[in-house]
Amino acid sequence: MDNLNPSPDLRVNIGRLELANPVMTASGTFGYGREFSSFVDLDRIGAIVVKGISLEPRAGNPPPRVVETPCGMLNAIGLENVGVEQFLVRKLPFLQQIKCKVLVNILGDSVEEYVALARHLSGHQGIDGLEINISCPNVKKGGVAFGTSPEMAAAVTAAVKAATDLPVIVKLSPNVTDIVTMAKAVEDGGADGISLINTLIGMAIDATTRRPRLGNIIGGLSGPAIKPVALRMVWQVASNVRIPVIGIGGIGTTEDAIEFLLAGASAVQVGTANFYAPSAADTIRQGLADYLSDQPEESLGELIGSLIIEDGS
Amino acid sequence: MSKFQVTSPIRSCSQLTPDIIRVSLLAPTIARAARPGQFVMVAAGSSRDPLLRRPFSIHNVTADGEVVLLYKIVGQGTRLLAQLRVGQSIDLVGPLGKGFSLSPDTPACLVGGGMGIAPLLFLAKALCSSPRPQEHAILLGARTRDELAPLVEDFRELGYPVHAATDDGSYGHHGFVTELFQEHSTPAHEVCVCGPTPLMAAIARQCLQAGNRCQASLETHMACGLGACLGCTIQAQGGGYKHVCKHGPVFDANEVLWTI
Ligand SMILES: Cc1cc2nc3c(=O)[nH]c(=O)nc-3n(C[C@H](O)[C@H](O)[C@H](O)COP(=O)(O)OP(=O)(O)OC[C@H]3O[C@@H](n4cnc5c(N)ncnc54)[C@H](O)[C@@H]3O)c2cc1C
Ligand SMILES: Cc1cc2nc3c(=O)[nH]c(=O)nc-3n(C[C@H](O)[C@H](O)[C@H](O)COP(=O)(O)O)c2cc1C
Ligand code: FES
Repeated sequence: MDNLNPSPDLRVNIGRLELANPVMTASGTFGYGREFSSFVDLDRIGAIVVKGISLEPRAGNPPPRVVETPCGMLNAIGLENVGVEQFLVRKLPFLQQIKCKVLVNILGDSVEEYVALARHLSGHQGIDGLEINISCPNVKKGGVAFGTSPEMAAAVTAAVKAATDLPVIVKLSPNVTDIVTMAKAVEDGGADGISLINTLIGMAIDATTRRPRLGNIIGGLSGPAIKPVALRMVWQVASNVRIPVIGIGGIGTTEDAIEFLLAGASAVQVGTANFYAPSAADTIRQGLADYLSDQPEESLGELIGSLIIEDGS
Repeated sequence: MSKFQVTSPIRSCSQLTPDIIRVSLLAPTIARAARPGQFVMVAAGSSRDPLLRRPFSIHNVTADGEVVLLYKIVGQGTRLLAQLRVGQSIDLVGPLGKGFSLSPDTPACLVGGGMGIAPLLFLAKALCSSPRPQEHAILLGARTRDELAPLVEDFRELGYPVHAATDDGSYGHHGFVTELFQEHSTPAHEVCVCGPTPLMAAIARQCLQAGNRCQASLETHMACGLGACLGCTIQAQGGGYKHVCKHGPVFDANEVLWTI
């Protein structure tokens, strides 16, 4: 049987950021790209979001840092990273050689730190955008996470926007009562896009030793276990903001990615799946092309938000 | 360094004890690239539970492209692996990590405890081609005869004399491999140890005192094995952390902060 649509158009735009396809890799799950070059054709995925970068290097949390849970995992890495200087010297040169877009995930303890990071990372060939991780505590505001206060989230977004010409995506934490309020706050702050979700805070205890299983006691839950929560939040946010939404949370198959697109995501990020299926991003990109070639839609854009909700019940 | 993801058919498997299994998998690309001390990440089934791959040392490779693993059933993942039969396949990612590094003309002392013996067979095979293989010492320990005897045979087949110790005295020396080490190691030996952390810490300490160079193969929980998740940390000597999948699993014993 002939394909309806032999060469589907997978391009999507996140604000000014044009992606060849909607498949990105999530921060902290894909290293700095190079780690996966044996498994994924880095020229063919939509974008890489690199591990969260801070102004100064961070050593991270004491071990154990990861523990498996049913259909998921908890991590308490503690934002270990090489720091922005070393990132530019040691990691960026490789990223400059690959064709896909590169977003740098940034994290800080204060608005000033985020601003300084945005300045440092602007004007380099090979950096195509910033993703602000607002799940971090604001030390100047008593350690309340930026991502749980609409005012602080809007303020950090606006400050970063003012400090850079790069497209700025804000990554929301799901650990809030009302995700839509957070999304609207960062939209008002000037974000070019919203990515969600970051990990859900969780905990694991060893009943035999009566001790927590993570060195940090609590950690972030990711993987297929969180997909329903992520889908719900993406759908709620995409229905209530005008800027593009990037769906994250438990995506490991083409079908998962399609579900997020239907819910209103313009792109998706593959996270934990990279660990158990290192070629997942490539597989999903190919899977989306194959899927679309059998559909009446000519471009992927037509799929976004096309969830069918029947009236009445 | 080349890494591969390979769907690997099971060529043979044998149960050494009710809970120790040896499995040979056809994975020529991995077999060719592998170095002693490296490991593979193994998918235990294709469902999402358990989610993560399991790390296993490369126990041996064969000239016709097989990768051999030796593992003990300790939980859900290894239980699932043990149900697979010849003809079925296991998905492998590897070879991963940094292996042992030995200079060919230095005598080596290989010290293995329990499943820590697994990577030492591959290493011993590589050492067969050194100028004076009879200078190498092989010291292996486990809980019982059943667990140890079949493994000792493999090393003897390579032509090495092996000193064995069991916790219950049912085979070889009654006691710990650390005691064999005091007896059989010489100051000239480069020491390679793999086993439970207390064993490795004890050997590392003795090497430090005696001035032997010592390499230890460490274990941690791993999510990726690829240097991406930063989950596989150990504490490093002099502060900070190292990642077992990337900086190891084989470390110079002086790099490691031994807390036991
Ligand atoms: C580099 C490396 C090489 C290894 N080589 C071998 C090998 O050659 N043969 C072998 O039998 N085992 C080896 N292991 C250990 C092996 O990975 C674990 O036994 C396995 O992951 C257990 O999986 P499971 O699902 O059966 O057990 P789980 O249900 O996950 O756990 C069962 C028990 O084992 C402990 N455990 C699980 N994973 C690890 C780990 N990575 N390190 C220490 N304890 C763990 C758990 O805390 C728990 O108490 C190696 C580990 C590493 C890091
Ligand atoms: C080991 C690990 C490290 C992570 N590091 C970061 C990080 O540095 N910055 C960030 O914004 N998100 C980080 N995340 C969150 C992921 O990018 C992603 O939002 C989350 O895991 C949910 O997606 P998933 O279920 O597909 O993994 C990390 C996740 C994991 C599992
Ligand atoms: S296991 Fe992921 S970095 Fe080592």
